[in-house]
Amino acid sequence: MGDFIDLFLNAEIMAKSWPLLLKGLGITAKLCAAVIGLGLAGGLMLSLGALSPRAWLKWPAIAFIDLFRAIPPLVLLVFVFSGLPFAGLDLTPFAAVVVAFFLNNSAYYAEVFRAGIQSVAKGQAEAARATGLSQAQAMVHVILPQAVRNVLPDLLSNTVEVVKLTSLASVVSLAELLYSANMARSVTYNSSPLVLAALIYLAILWPLVRLISRYQRGLAAH
Amino acid sequence: MTAPSPVHQRPMLEINRLEKRFGDTEVLKSIDLRVQPGELVFVIGPSGSGKSTMLRCCNRLEEPSAGTILLDGEHVTDCRGAALDRMRLKIGMVFQGFHLYPHKSVLDNVMLAQLRALKRPKAEAKARAMEMLSHVGLAHKADAMPSELSGGQQQRVAIARALALDPKVMLFDEPTSALDPELVGSVLKVMRQLRDEGMTMLVVSHEMGFAREAADRVVFMDGGVVVEAGPPEAIFGNPQSDRLKSFLARVSKAEE
Repeated sequence: MGDFIDLFLNAEIMAKSWPLLLKGLGITAKLCAAVIGLGLAGGLMLSLGALSPRAWLKWPAIAFIDLFRAIPPLVLLVFVFSGLPFAGLDLTPFAAVVVAFFLNNSAYYAEVFRAGIQSVAKGQAEAARATGLSQAQAMVHVILPQAVRNVLPDLLSNTVEVVKLTSLASVVSLAELLYSANMARSVTYNSSPLVLAALIYLAILWPLVRLISRYQRGLAAH
Repeated sequence: MTAPSPVHQRPMLEINRLEKRFGDTEVLKSIDLRVQPGELVFVIGPSGSGKSTMLRCCNRLEEPSAGTILLDGEHVTDCRGAALDRMRLKIGMVFQGFHLYPHKSVLDNVMLAQLRALKRPKAEAKARAMEMLSHVGLAHKADAMPSELSGGQQQRVAIARALALDPKVMLFDEPTSALDPELVGSVLKVMRQLRDEGMTMLVVSHEMGFAREAADRVVFMDGGVVVEAGPPEAIFGNPQSDRLKSFLARVSKAEE
């Protein structure tokens, strides 16, 4: 038992590795901000494209969504980081992770937005258009606010997935939270930094997960 | 004041040879209809007769397959894009299901299109919204959310939302069909008030009592054509066609 505590819950080693992990957490935060921000914007555009009556918008958007939902994100990341340089596109690890996860994540957000937009009653758009609002105005002021509210738990769930997804960035040696923890582990021959990293992920994601559950209960109660 | 002869007056709403097909189904077969300024025209007929489709063609929520529609002499059927949006400002519409925006307060419901489509300054839009809400007797509900209102109140807000844009004509698509019977009266009262103020109205509804009492003209549609049209006394008191006679018999039986 003493060995276990020493190897996994060693407070001294945790304290020592804390600054390194904090730096990693900073990179994770930047990655999340970039991937979530771009993913939300891209996902919204893709969902509007997929729902468009114009075939030249609709089918490319649907193809994009299907393709990048089907490819495992790790495969995508390795391809973007190691494959694209052969095509003359040499990305930094950070850029490669952002690009790969943007492709994956925007496709997922797009599906959520699409479900949300389709959940809004058709009469809402008709009422808006009948009062002279343009299609874009009806979308922004009438449809989207209701759509987002209807799928807020799914948007949040997907966001939790993104935060966890960024730990894959360690495979391209980007020093985010997990990579930093792993580095600390190999230097100290002790797993406590990994436990500390897990605790940090938990501290960030647990409130989000709680929020989702509460919101879903709230929706069910309606 | 002498009323100008309706024959020489330009109609406010003019529907010429309107046709609508959904695939192989012909829903409207060459409909002709004129609504004079200030007139209340009531459209009755069995469900599936094309009444609602005709109404929805008037503001192009449905795209006509053939024919023309003119509002105060201007082509509605030729409008594209932004021109159609501007045209729709002049055509108020009230739906069976109210379709208030559930995420916006009553006041914001009435202000939205004023601000975004009509580009009215905010203070002016608010003043106009409050004026219209008091017109339908709901100024005290301005800050409420639609879900807090009864069906009758929601429909009156929807009427205020359309009126706030100063339309030239109001289209009513079964405005009381989704309401509990005790709430119908409040909506009809507002419609009667509108008529008395001279609003041009085209109403699709099953409220025969209201048609008899308030309509200037009643149009009976069946199978995508206008079968009979005339003043309410003639339509209800002296129906000519067998189709209208059997429709009225069915309706009065259902109302018993």
